Amino acid sequence: MFDTLSDKLQGALDSVKGQGKLTEKDVERAAREIRLALLEADVNYKVVKDFVKKVKDRAMGAEILQSLTPAQQFVKIINEELTELMGSTANKLSFSPRPPTVILMVGLQGSGKTTTCGKLANMLKSQGKSPAMVAADVYRPAAVDQLKSLGEQLDVPVYDEGTQADPVDIAKHGLAWARELGRDVLIVDTAGRLHIDETLMDELVRIRKEVKPHNILLVLDAMTGQDAVNVAQQFQERVNFDGVVLTKLDGDARGGAALSVKAVTGKPVKFASTGEKLDAFEHFHPDRMAGRILGMGDVLSLVEKAEQAVDRKKAEELEQRLRKSQFTFDDFLDQMQQVRNMGPLQNLLGMIPGLPMGKLKDLQVDEKALGRIEAIIQSMTAEERRNPDLITGSRRRRIAEGSGNDIQAVNQLLKQFKQMQKMVKQLSSGKMPKNPFQMLGGGGGGLPF
Amino acid sequence: MTQNWSEVFVGVEEGARVEPPEEKQRKRRGWFQQLREGLSKSRQALQQQFSAIIFDQLDDEFWERIEETLIYADVGVESTVSIVEQLEQAADAGEITDSQQLLHHLRTITADHFSGADARIDVSKMPTVILVVGVNGTGKTTTIGKIAWHLKQLGKEPLLVAGDTFRAAAIEQLVEWGKRVDCEVIHSERGADPGAVVFDGIAAAKSRGADVVIVDTAGRLHTQVNLMKELEKIVRVIRKQVPDAPHETLLTIDATTGQNGLVQARLFKEAVDITGVILTKMDGTAKGGIAVAISHELDLPLKLIGTGEKMEHLQPFDAGGFAEALFDDTLLGG
Ligand SMILES: Nc1nc2c(ncn2[C@@H]2O[C@H](COP(=O)(O)OP(=O)(O)OP(=O)(O)O)[C@@H](O)[C@H]2O)c(=O)[nH]1
Ligand SMILES: [Mg+2]
Repeated sequence: MFDTLSDKLQGALDSVKGQGKLTEKDVERAAREIRLALLEADVNYKVVKDFVKKVKDRAMGAEILQSLTPAQQFVKIINEELTELMGSTANKLSFSPRPPTVILMVGLQGSGKTTTCGKLANMLKSQGKSPAMVAADVYRPAAVDQLKSLGEQLDVPVYDEGTQADPVDIAKHGLAWARELGRDVLIVDTAGRLHIDETLMDELVRIRKEVKPHNILLVLDAMTGQDAVNVAQQFQERVNFDGVVLTKLDGDARGGAALSVKAVTGKPVKFASTGEKLDAFEHFHPDRMAGRILGMGDVLSLVEKAEQAVDRKKAEELEQRLRKSQFTFDDFLDQMQQVRNMGPLQNLLGMIPGLPMGKLKDLQVDEKALGRIEAIIQSMTAEERRNPDLITGSRRRRIAEGSGNDIQAVNQLLKQFKQMQKMVKQLSSGKMPKNPFQMLGGGGGGLPF
Repeated sequence: MTQNWSEVFVGVEEGARVEPPEEKQRKRRGWFQQLREGLSKSRQALQQQFSAIIFDQLDDEFWERIEETLIYADVGVESTVSIVEQLEQAADAGEITDSQQLLHHLRTITADHFSGADARIDVSKMPTVILVVGVNGTGKTTTIGKIAWHLKQLGKEPLLVAGDTFRAAAIEQLVEWGKRVDCEVIHSERGADPGAVVFDGIAAAKSRGADVVIVDTAGRLHTQVNLMKELEKIVRVIRKQVPDAPHETLLTIDATTGQNGLVQARLFKEAVDITGVILTKMDGTAKGGIAVAISHELDLPLKLIGTGEKMEHLQPFDAGGFAEALFDDTLLGG
């Protein structure tokens, strides 16, 4: 079960009934939850302060839309503010009219620079560019070997001078080398360094002067805590980076550091690194990040979509029947069709909280399977749909044949349906969500298939 | 100040000391001082927090500021609440009337939040097997190099096993550390089965009479179920050779890590029974407060602190010193 902010807001605003306005007390209660959620997500506490104030100002006295619960209303405001703070999609690199375009990678130790160099090279390659890389990390044992090994794997040339040369010289020579080779992008890997290490920060400044990068990317671990602000500010002051690569997003860190960095430096996150494989790398989508930071997926758009797709009257009827635990195959079919009206399930899943972005790619939603389920239900008689207990062996065979499926598929569906009925019973004995699709957002039930 | 490492490593000669390498003599400093120096660079924010505290009026705003100070150190909401609650009790009992007392209590309470479990590392078994695990880039390989160097200085004969067969040049990195420290590294080819190389490594240690085997592992996210299973398998492989091993399973946590560190520690603990935590990169400006939460909430002792990239940049953990470095005198605007 997900302990999401939307759940907590629901709890905090439980007492707000009807469609009136939010009182100051409601807003305070909600603000507390928002503050905690952001702090748990590692957003810098000063950034949190400003943000919560903004949300409070907006929420105070705000009209609650008829279609939303107060909690949803809050989620909507937070989502909008967060998305605005994260900025629009400024996730492009700038390319020099006179190649090679130089990209300088900088960051703390262990943030994932070297691997990111490889991933970026891979992405550029797939976009038809001809990248090259320079190994300017002479400090960490075997860092040069690591970049060379990545280069081999990707068939991307790597320039190095071993570990005895000066990184500034290596970068400079590397640029001349790339130009000669006619490569159009040069990625410069640098050693991880602490933002307070004067000598090494100075070295970066000199590399920058020497190779005049068109893009400087700060590689930042998504798990970074409050210190992200110091790190970003220092790197900004010394080398003025252009954007951030957020790494290790395949984990379950909320990644609030991204928000802090954007808030204090104004620099956008451009790329997201989502796995150890070299193609686990993508352009960053700030709208998705807002939901992630709050741990609620894009609940709001889900709510909005549901609002549009669900026939309200039908939903109310369904709710009535659910309350009486009379959930039938007709309802199942109905609900499924409404969900499908909301767009491809793949997209819908992306909005469900708790599913890390990286995992979604592996998650195949079999739209065909949904079609099969529809066909099976449609092959049932009205009587059978209302009372599935009637469906015995011979009827199962008939339904299977009628729908063009084998009997296992029918058995499986019946089993799933039983489970769903059970779930509905549990739900209806407790509190029933007003909108059946909250089951998706709330993470409680979810789809039975 | 040289550390008395025989109080950390059980099984090394009584009173054994580690001398920093020659070129470093000039810069010999205790870890307190190293920590303070690191911390002082970004302490302005904290300092402002404290100076703004008005002591004759312990109002909501006052408590909020204390909270923020802790949150800013990455201590996390739950442990912050717990620390503040205890601080409030002290205040209610009239024990806090000035900033000195506040600081004193804050330090003691924070230090007391660390687990009381044994923070020593027993290397008296023949062989002692130490397994080092953690998320990518947290400092496993470097810390292994540092531990090996210290043990060597203390008269032990460590042997390193390159259990990271996944990341590019991970093997080369450990081999390089082996050269620096002058100890043997057992390794295979990249892409080989980590279980197999660990098996070979421990067998080699037994046949050669190495007394401490330190096993490096690939960085992995705690959310990668298969890779966590792989760790469990490595433990099983180790046990086939030495039934009561690994004697230590150490988790590296990067001091810059925020609240996710707690989840990391919890899941690693569930998978391989962590015996202690090493907090790395304490030479930066991050306060490493997540270590408070990890130690407190999961009852895991902190054992070592990483304070730089060189082999001598390793320190025993000391809760009092940690709290003192976290809440330094200069916070009071001195
Ligand atoms: N400043 C500082 N850097 C450190 C410390 N410990 C490790 N590092 C650096 O952090 C980076 C990552 O360290 P590694 O030892 O390679 O980390 P790892 O956990 O083995 O990494 P993977 O094997 O890739 O998962 C390297 O650049 C190290 O030099 C420390 O205490 N302080
Ligand atoms: Mg390693």
